[in-house]
Amino acid sequence: MSTATSTLPPKRVITTKPRFSDKVFRAVVTTGGFSSLVILGLISLFLLYNGLNVFKSEGLKFITGFNWVVPLPEEGLPAQYGIGAMLYGTVVIGLIALFFGFPISVGAALFLSYYAPDWLKKPMVLVIDVMAAIPSIVFGLWGYFILMPHAEYWAKLIHKYLGFIPIFDMPAPVFTRSPFIAGLVLAIMIIPIITSISREIFAQTPLDRIQAAYALGATKWSMIKTVVFPYGRGGVVGGAMLGLGRAIGETVAVYTVLNIVFDIRIEVLLSAGGSVASMIVNKFGEANPEELKALMAAGFVLFVLTLLINFLANAIINRTARE
Amino acid sequence: MTTNTIPRPTKPWGVNFKESVPDLVGAIATLLITFAIVAYSPLKGKLGFVITLLIVATVVTSAISGVRRDRKAAFNSVSTVLIYVAGLFVIIPLASIVYEIVKRGIGGLSWGIFTTDMAVTATDSPLYEGGLLHAIIGTLYIVLLASLFSVPIGILTALYLTEIKGKAAGTVRFFVQAMSGIPSIVAGLFIYAVWMIALGNQYSAFAGAMALAILMVPTVARTSEEVLKLIPNDLREAGLAMGGTQWRTVAMIILPAAQSGLFTAVILGIARVAGETAPLLLTMGGADALNLNPFAGNSSAIPFYVWKNFSMGTENAVARAWTGVLVLMIIVLFFFSLTRFLSNRKGRV
Repeated sequence: MSTATSTLPPKRVITTKPRFSDKVFRAVVTTGGFSSLVILGLISLFLLYNGLNVFKSEGLKFITGFNWVVPLPEEGLPAQYGIGAMLYGTVVIGLIALFFGFPISVGAALFLSYYAPDWLKKPMVLVIDVMAAIPSIVFGLWGYFILMPHAEYWAKLIHKYLGFIPIFDMPAPVFTRSPFIAGLVLAIMIIPIITSISREIFAQTPLDRIQAAYALGATKWSMIKTVVFPYGRGGVVGGAMLGLGRAIGETVAVYTVLNIVFDIRIEVLLSAGGSVASMIVNKFGEANPEELKALMAAGFVLFVLTLLINFLANAIINRTARE
Repeated sequence: MTTNTIPRPTKPWGVNFKESVPDLVGAIATLLITFAIVAYSPLKGKLGFVITLLIVATVVTSAISGVRRDRKAAFNSVSTVLIYVAGLFVIIPLASIVYEIVKRGIGGLSWGIFTTDMAVTATDSPLYEGGLLHAIIGTLYIVLLASLFSVPIGILTALYLTEIKGKAAGTVRFFVQAMSGIPSIVAGLFIYAVWMIALGNQYSAFAGAMALAILMVPTVARTSEEVLKLIPNDLREAGLAMGGTQWRTVAMIILPAAQSGLFTAVILGIARVAGETAPLLLTMGGADALNLNPFAGNSSAIPFYVWKNFSMGTENAVARAWTGVLVLMIIVLFFFSLTRFLSNRKGRV
């Protein structure tokens, strides 16, 4: 018999003749599918429309200025709206949260992937999932009543021994409701996000490389350093950015533990800080219609900021996961 | 005649006494050094002890493995200690949160809080007066209404991603992912801009529900997509091969097969939004009296109740806030366990 040339049959392509019911179905589902894009578009449209006048009158000063002055009508003075100090404060508490939360999260993800005994893995994953489900107001109350007294003591220690560094300096001895404490609360809130994403990425490390590293006599740490980290770097960075996005958008938990002051200060232990999201809640209650527009503008800035961070983070994570 | 004695089988990989001597000595040395440092230095209290213990333990273990093997082993010991500590640090906050909520919230628990509202209760009234009824009803309303909006949208989005797989599927998936990261306060501001400013309505539970719906859509959509992806393609092909239209295949085969998974997606979404506070502060007004009409008038929800009582700051108000937190956590954890229970059932998607 001559060579049997077996050709693969062409891949099945299933087509249905679109009936009327299918046309309706596809139209409805497609409309529904695009609704999240529509919602995102509407959010930016409405916030921008409401904040447009403030953006126009304040210009770039809205982003860079750090005065929020709402004069009484009889004073006849111009109002000033600038969220520079709040943006700065948001970044500061976000970075403090990452400073504490990131190493713990990556360490915990490594612990779960390579160190923990089997019986401990499931309960610990459960603990992390439960932490992700805790409402932010619970973190706020816990941070205010339980963490704050401890954190105040830690802040005093830091100030006592490291006070010569400018950021730990204290112009006034008020240690409560500082960016440091807000950052600590946020650190606990972002740990579940970063841990679960890091763990997912670590789980995709090729097993043959891990075994090869061990076969060459690597210690566990050398294996992690040379195999796990290079493979997972992108995902871990993406997870950290998602955590930062959550920290920036957090409102209630930060509001309960942070004293909001419109001033740029580098002292992180001092009871004065800022956060765009918390500022919106802070000012919303007694805002006049014009100030409300300024808050909408601030919300627009916050929305764009978090959306950009999330876009970037998801792009990085998706790329790492696909490789 | 020589007798061959068979040696007793040994376990060379097991821990024997001789090899564990350095570890034991190290552990004892660690404790002694820590006690000595805490006793003779300004570091005081539990925190000082824990930190000193950590540092000394790291140094001692790395020194032992450094002496016994090499520098690499020393690094390995350091990293092992630090990673175990990181694992511990994840558990401590949750343990503290759960313990404190139960400790501080249990005092205010009584049947009365489920049958009365705060309409005639002053801030400083004793804890047995007043209750959570208005907040529980409010939470029930907003969660139901939010599900009513977000579940169809979320499942349709998932169906678009898995069944239609249109050209824009990648873009839609990307935007849904990004949408799950929008701050809750922005959702509140958006509803305020649309529902209050543009359409001229007043505070209501309905407005709060719409804000929550925005936050719920991405959770429902992403979980449903994962569930629908797990439905074997054979089912779709079988449905079409039997002459069914795509509409019939999805409605009669795919969705019933994914039923329990989709239910899990909805519950996950509810657990995600049930504790949201910030958007409600901007949309619901926060009443003290029971309001049975979700479409008009100020109303409250459990997170709002907690917020309001916390802001008052008096002793009894704060105690009420903790009781509210306890009730809120029980509700959230109930939904959370429900998702676990549903997704762990065997043979279901």
